[in-house]
Amino acid sequence: MSDLQTPASSPASGAATSDAPTTATAASNASSVQATGGRTLLPRNTLLRHLLVLVLCAVGAVILLESTDLGFNAQIGYVAFYAIAAGGLTLLTGLNGQISLGHGALMAVGAYTTALLLDVEEPLPLVVIFLAAIALTSLVGAVVGVAAARLHGPYLAGATLALAVGLPGLALYFRDFLGGEQGLTVSSPDRPDWFVEGIRTLSGNSASGVKWIAYIAVACLLVTYFLLANLMRSRIGRTWRAVRDQEVAAELSGINLGTWRVLAFLVSAAAAGLAGAVLALVVRLTAPTAFTIVLSLSLLTAIVIGGLGSLLGALIGSALLVFLPRALRDAGESLDMDAAQAAEISYVVYGVILVLVMLFAPAGLVGSIRLAWMKQRARRAGARTRG
Amino acid sequence: MQQFVNLTLGGVITGAVYAAFALALVLIWRSTRIVNFAQGAMGALTTFIALSLIEGGQSYWVGLVVALLAGLVIGAVIERVVIRPVEGGPELNAVIVTLGLFIAIQALISVLFGVNQRAFVAPFSTIGFKAGDFTLALSPNTLFTLGAVLLVMVGLTALFRFTRVGLAMRASAFGQEVARLLGVRVGRMLTLGWALAAVVGSLAGMLIAAEVTFVAPTFMDALIVFGFVAAVLGGLDSPIGAVVGGLLLGLALSYVRGYLGDELVGLAALVVLVVVLLVRPGGLFSTTQTRRA
Repeated sequence: MSDLQTPASSPASGAATSDAPTTATAASNASSVQATGGRTLLPRNTLLRHLLVLVLCAVGAVILLESTDLGFNAQIGYVAFYAIAAGGLTLLTGLNGQISLGHGALMAVGAYTTALLLDVEEPLPLVVIFLAAIALTSLVGAVVGVAAARLHGPYLAGATLALAVGLPGLALYFRDFLGGEQGLTVSSPDRPDWFVEGIRTLSGNSASGVKWIAYIAVACLLVTYFLLANLMRSRIGRTWRAVRDQEVAAELSGINLGTWRVLAFLVSAAAAGLAGAVLALVVRLTAPTAFTIVLSLSLLTAIVIGGLGSLLGALIGSALLVFLPRALRDAGESLDMDAAQAAEISYVVYGVILVLVMLFAPAGLVGSIRLAWMKQRARRAGARTRG
Repeated sequence: MQQFVNLTLGGVITGAVYAAFALALVLIWRSTRIVNFAQGAMGALTTFIALSLIEGGQSYWVGLVVALLAGLVIGAVIERVVIRPVEGGPELNAVIVTLGLFIAIQALISVLFGVNQRAFVAPFSTIGFKAGDFTLALSPNTLFTLGAVLLVMVGLTALFRFTRVGLAMRASAFGQEVARLLGVRVGRMLTLGWALAAVVGSLAGMLIAAEVTFVAPTFMDALIVFGFVAAVLGGLDSPIGAVVGGLLLGLALSYVRGYLGDELVGLAALVVLVVVLLVRPGGLFSTTQTRRA
């Protein structure tokens, strides 16, 4: 894996563990049909299966949004933009083996694009604005990807870290255009009449602006995950896995490593751009302080906790990013800490969890459960053939 | 002209601190092939420990010694407890572990010492020397900074060149198996390497704190990036390279800060890093050819 191996880099223990990432991520990359051993009610055809899951999730999301209050709706919006970005990152890191600490900065590109395009007399339709944000972020992502394709491991981490630190500086430099320290306030898009009517007939709730944005966020999340899930199960996804696991073998099979790495970065950046656009709507403010290293590291935490390479894991990790700090802040305040300090406790917990997960369960939450499940099945199958 | 002279002086001084920090990264990279992204946070933690002592009435020097000792202990403990299990494993796992430490330690500083900025009083006067009626960006305190960095470099060189421990450390970095067969306690040497690196990182934290005069828990964030860029500039493997890389980067960023604007410093570091990695990925001083597995 390493391009820069010198005698010092091959310690005695290295040989035994060099295939560890493959087994670690294999569990999270197994299709749900494989993981459940074919005894599943879901259709075998990947596209049909994903469509069915998409419809089920959409129904579930509507029920969730309508049965909870507006405060919770807003939090769902937060989960949605974290999860969109984490989904893109898990594709890059889990599937293609490239780490990125710069996704916070890429989200900033999407968020600022959205804020600027909404801040006019007659804004374009929201879909067009989102597509513009995605396109611009993908472009930046492709440029970063070209540089990143030649790097690996710590080099890539350092370079993308520099991106995360450097890029927000642009918002300060172009003060008049991008708002400097204060950032840009995002004007809320108008909710259409059919939405208000629809919500009234569906649940009788009043369709406020917060609810409209929560619905947009969840819709973006579902569409992104549907597309990413299909991509991961396709020929493209398999190629990325080949690039990650066996560089030399992949190259001998006619795969151009660089092209595929840039493509992975581009897709991942597109997701980050959409996440930034949703963030702009949900938070209603884009300022440099929102896109620090901490945001990028939080995304990394989400995908590592959930399990590298698993979209479900990315979603669970993102939910944890939103709900854990709230729980901990309450606990901290009951211990007489001021709010800012109590908020930091959650980051101590994230950091400790990151270390513990890497030491004891590198496959993450979803991966570990799937791994245990697959092992148990293998044992049972073995017992059957013997008996 | 005056501005150019002062920017050059300022660049050399911040460059010296970057060099010290890059040296800490190189020490760890040579022995364990891990880039310690938690280095900045560790340095910030020890600086805050020293600061709370100084605010409690102790002298700067007591604070400095305590900070360095705390760095020594923290570095050794971290290597023993959380780094040892991922050494030699997949490189992504080690990166994620150090990032986890980075988040945890930085947040821990906020929890322990509060999130607000605090004044850090430099040990010597920060008023610049005068040449005629022109104030140089050179003060007794910056001389102290330069001297401290120089001392560390001479000390490390002496350690690696002239002592048995240094020889054992070089042996374990060069070939763990061979060193082990020759009776070197490789595990101990790795721990010592991390401890030494943490001491150098702590010193860099104390020095930069005196230069910037106000410290917040995140004050080392930029330094980890600049230190990494400096180390890569010098090739990550070479201590001399780290020092030269640090000075070059310090100068470059100082000119960017002076002529273009403070906001673009981070971006300039990114540009330098990308150019180096694309044009000369082994660094300015690379001697070994890269090879594929």
